[in-house]
Amino acid sequence: MSKPSTYLDHSATTATDPRVLEAMLPYFGERYGNPSSLYQAGATVRQALDEARRRIAEVLGARPKEIFFTSCGTESDNMAIRGAVWAQRDARNHIITSQVEHHAVSHTCKQLEEVFGCEVTYLPVDREGLVDPDAVGRAITERTALISIMYANNEVGTVEPINKIAKIARQHQIPFHTDAVQAPGLLPLNVDTLGVDLMAISGHKFYAPKGVGVLYVRTGTKLVPTQTGGGQERGMRAGTENTALIIGLARALELAESARPAEVLRLTALRDDLIQGVLNSIPDAVLTGSTTERLASHTSFLFNGVEGEGVVLKLDMAGIAASSGSACSSGDEGPSPVLAALGYTYPLSRGSLRLSLGRENTPEDVEHVLRELPPIIASLRALSPYYNSDGTVALSAPAW
Amino acid sequence: MYSPVLLDHFTNPRNIGTLDNPDGYARVTSPGCGDQMELFLRVTDERISDIRYRAFGCAAAIASSSMASEMIKGRTLEEASRLTGEEVSEELGGLPEAKFHCAIMAASAINAALRDYCTKHPTVPFCTSF
Ligand code: FES
Repeated sequence: MSKPSTYLDHSATTATDPRVLEAMLPYFGERYGNPSSLYQAGATVRQALDEARRRIAEVLGARPKEIFFTSCGTESDNMAIRGAVWAQRDARNHIITSQVEHHAVSHTCKQLEEVFGCEVTYLPVDREGLVDPDAVGRAITERTALISIMYANNEVGTVEPINKIAKIARQHQIPFHTDAVQAPGLLPLNVDTLGVDLMAISGHKFYAPKGVGVLYVRTGTKLVPTQTGGGQERGMRAGTENTALIIGLARALELAESARPAEVLRLTALRDDLIQGVLNSIPDAVLTGSTTERLASHTSFLFNGVEGEGVVLKLDMAGIAASSGSACSSGDEGPSPVLAALGYTYPLSRGSLRLSLGRENTPEDVEHVLRELPPIIASLRALSPYYNSDGTVALSAPAW
Repeated sequence: MYSPVLLDHFTNPRNIGTLDNPDGYARVTSPGCGDQMELFLRVTDERISDIRYRAFGCAAAIASSSMASEMIKGRTLEEASRLTGEEVSEELGGLPEAKFHCAIMAASAINAALRDYCTKHPTVPFCTSF
């Protein structure tokens, strides 16, 4: 597989920053000691691990002992949700979450519902994908054990009002978890300002390697460990620490946070050019998500009459890497639950495209997309029984 | 995930479009994903003399429609009616299992369009036994 000339799938993953790689390399080589060992080789690595934890805590405005290392964002979400609910299993068993969560959250809640008899409220969102904080307040009962609402949505880029939701959770003394996997480098991460009790992040979304994540756990938030064994991470997450990747994550988070103010401005300008360009050059293009409460890096569209996989394949042939929420991997996967929650129905919801910007993108990349995408959509519409060249609907189909 | 043959049919679909007053017409929906294909047949002397279609579906669906149209163009109604999703998939270099239903959609569109033809032409020899 050759490297695409224009990579626009940063919400999926990012390339490891060379500075991050450099920070990690010694820990694949001479610094191989087990941080739990007593002799010097272990102690050196233990120190580096402590230092990584301290630096991450500093970025999050947290204490080092509130930082737990995991294998990815999904594990962090699992550890937070299952751990917090299990910790209250006799007293409270109700979870409040939203209809637009990542599968790491929604499938975990589903399992708690189906296997452990929990009750889950999946709050609806508005057309822009926003959760209404008042609705969170109204959903709270005496049995509510956890509220979990994502910080920013991976599919439509909507930034949720999590500090308002956190305030409501705090008033009711209910732990509040947020899946913040899309946030680092793009949104403020200070846990006190946000008011979160649990927060999941994942290294490979901000130029660290895949296979490492963090869960922030506010002191006093009770969790039952979901991975048991040899007592690492103060008993909260057993398993020998993935030293090299943790050190990489710490470096990447510092870099992302220090670049954030300038990078957000730069990306927002690119993003808005891309959005305007697509909406102006492609008839009936729809921007999904919010125009104002939106990740600086994120664009997502719907094109009626076409199916997303074809668009992604044709963009790939033109050297542009992008993704579609509609990727029909299992063959009978229904339409995207996120788009459905925003009120977009089949077949329009089949024509989704996400272009997510990142550090290496330039205005030329935006031009590249604006050159290639309009003819691709036109060519696929020409094949489509749903779309006539005059823009009218050719076959009866659910309304878009 | 996809073979070069499939990607070629997806990028340059053969026989794309519609026919006015087709002799046989069908529009089918794939039950799993809800995707759709419509098919237009022109029949001359019990042969498929022309075939056109439009497809709304994944790349495999578009390529399957294209490949199936090539496979039955010029064939007798009898031959066309025997085309299966397996054969279409095979010609495309083998579809991944999750995409097999996309080839089935193309084969069933042909079958449905032949049914439509036979409803209109019940006395044609092929149709008496179809
Ligand atoms: S036709 Fe629906 S996924 Fe292929």
